[in-house]
Amino acid sequence: MLRLPKFELCTPTTVAEAVALLAESPDAMIVAGGTDLVPNMKHELFTPSRVVSLAQVRELRGICRNADGSLAIGAMTSLAEVAASELVRAQAPALAQACSLVAGPQLRTMGTLGGNVLLDTRCQWYNQTYFWREALGFCMKKDGEVCHVVKGGKNCVAAASNDSAPPLMTLGATLEFASPRGRRAIAIDDFWVADGIFNKKVERDEVLVSIQVPKAPAGHRGAYGKLRDRGSIDFPLLGVAVRLDLDAQGAVEHADVVVTALAAQPKRITKLDAILRGQRPGTPEFEAAVAEAAALAHKQCKPLPNIPGDADYRRDMVPVYVKRTLLAASRGEGPVHHV
Amino acid sequence: MRGMGEYQLEVNGDTQPVSAPDHWTLLEVLRYRLGLTGSKQGCDKGDCGACTVLVDGKPVLACLTLARASEGRAITTIEGLMPAHLRAGGTGADPLQQAFDRCGALQCGFCQPGMILSARALLDRCPQPSREDMRDALSGNLCRCTGYTQIFEAIESAVAEKLQLQPKLRSWEAQRAAKESTR
Repeated sequence: MLRLPKFELCTPTTVAEAVALLAESPDAMIVAGGTDLVPNMKHELFTPSRVVSLAQVRELRGICRNADGSLAIGAMTSLAEVAASELVRAQAPALAQACSLVAGPQLRTMGTLGGNVLLDTRCQWYNQTYFWREALGFCMKKDGEVCHVVKGGKNCVAAASNDSAPPLMTLGATLEFASPRGRRAIAIDDFWVADGIFNKKVERDEVLVSIQVPKAPAGHRGAYGKLRDRGSIDFPLLGVAVRLDLDAQGAVEHADVVVTALAAQPKRITKLDAILRGQRPGTPEFEAAVAEAAALAHKQCKPLPNIPGDADYRRDMVPVYVKRTLLAASRGEGPVHHV
Repeated sequence: MRGMGEYQLEVNGDTQPVSAPDHWTLLEVLRYRLGLTGSKQGCDKGDCGACTVLVDGKPVLACLTLARASEGRAITTIEGLMPAHLRAGGTGADPLQQAFDRCGALQCGFCQPGMILSARALLDRCPQPSREDMRDALSGNLCRCTGYTQIFEAIESAVAEKLQLQPKLRSWEAQRAAKESTR
């Protein structure tokens, strides 16, 4: 039996109230769906004296289309709602697919999009009970100094494991935060840092309010692929988000691929747009370009043994999943997963 | 007192006063304050689905839900199914519970409360689910005994009973029929 450490629970009903409660206590933490923070607290990875639950803040829920055609998704909208939303499925298919593959049905009902964006990084030496971690002598991410993944390593390499981050990056999403200093917006591309201990540019007193997804062009195609051990419950061993924008003639105008669960931050495959641009899906030239793009992704991705699953296997699956996900996106299909 | 909560939870149609520490999960309050031990404490960290309860009709994990954050929501545990069925004019246990019993869809029984509640939520939103729908709906509930086949057959049996359809042959009946036809 895993008990939670003691804390005081606050249940504000407005964002302003939540911001004030957070500012009052220097070690307060926010809980949204609780599917990440609660197990982590049970493992004594976090022991805040105050927990601010956003469960009763209605203004943070829901999906709507702005006047300019972009989508505003409230941070507390559940992953199940995002996955089922007709608006999201039509305008941001990769995001809907990624949310539909997070964990299992109960966890998607509880877990929120905001919570998934702000998910703590994961590592097989970190997501363990206090007893387990103490027996090992702890690690640099929590309570210790060494890294068990890279012997003698100076930087934490725990893996970004949020399925929603790669599609949001391909979609050019923006995150909106509220704090005692007012509101600010940051592009999700600029949000990450290569530090597994804390891989996000967010202050402790900030509350994620909404995720803004710009309007995609008419020929937009997207898909998400997820490598996992089981068909449910699991975090990704590899996540691949694809964006293909086709022009009026059906040729690729813009291509983007972002992978995750390999290192501390999601990674964009560079120089890929040049390979795919101008190709028409369904032609042999497109298939050859996809194979070339997959080989390029393999060259750029070097996963470490940070999360369960053989690192060599995960690396070998990068080109397989990039290829399958690109092909699925070009046909307007997806999600991609073999279990 | 700081960190202590006095609040009310709506459990199985009744409003229950609760006095518990803030850091208690819904599962702890159900089991150790309200005496509703039907919801099981399995992995206690969101993997196994044994603690599944319905909140506003949707299956969630009680072991990861902070009890006080569930104030104002309608909570249904396995104990609430039969009373709800009786209130709706039925007789005996919930038809799904009867089907699980009829089909031998359990061995040790530990996963059953969660399985039945996930299945109940499925049938409430989709009265005639396919095997694929059942697989998806129960994919967050682990069973280490039955291999799931009898659980799916129990749901099919409950659906057949409700819609007055001819129930499909169960896996062992189909195998026996195939053997006899070749004899």
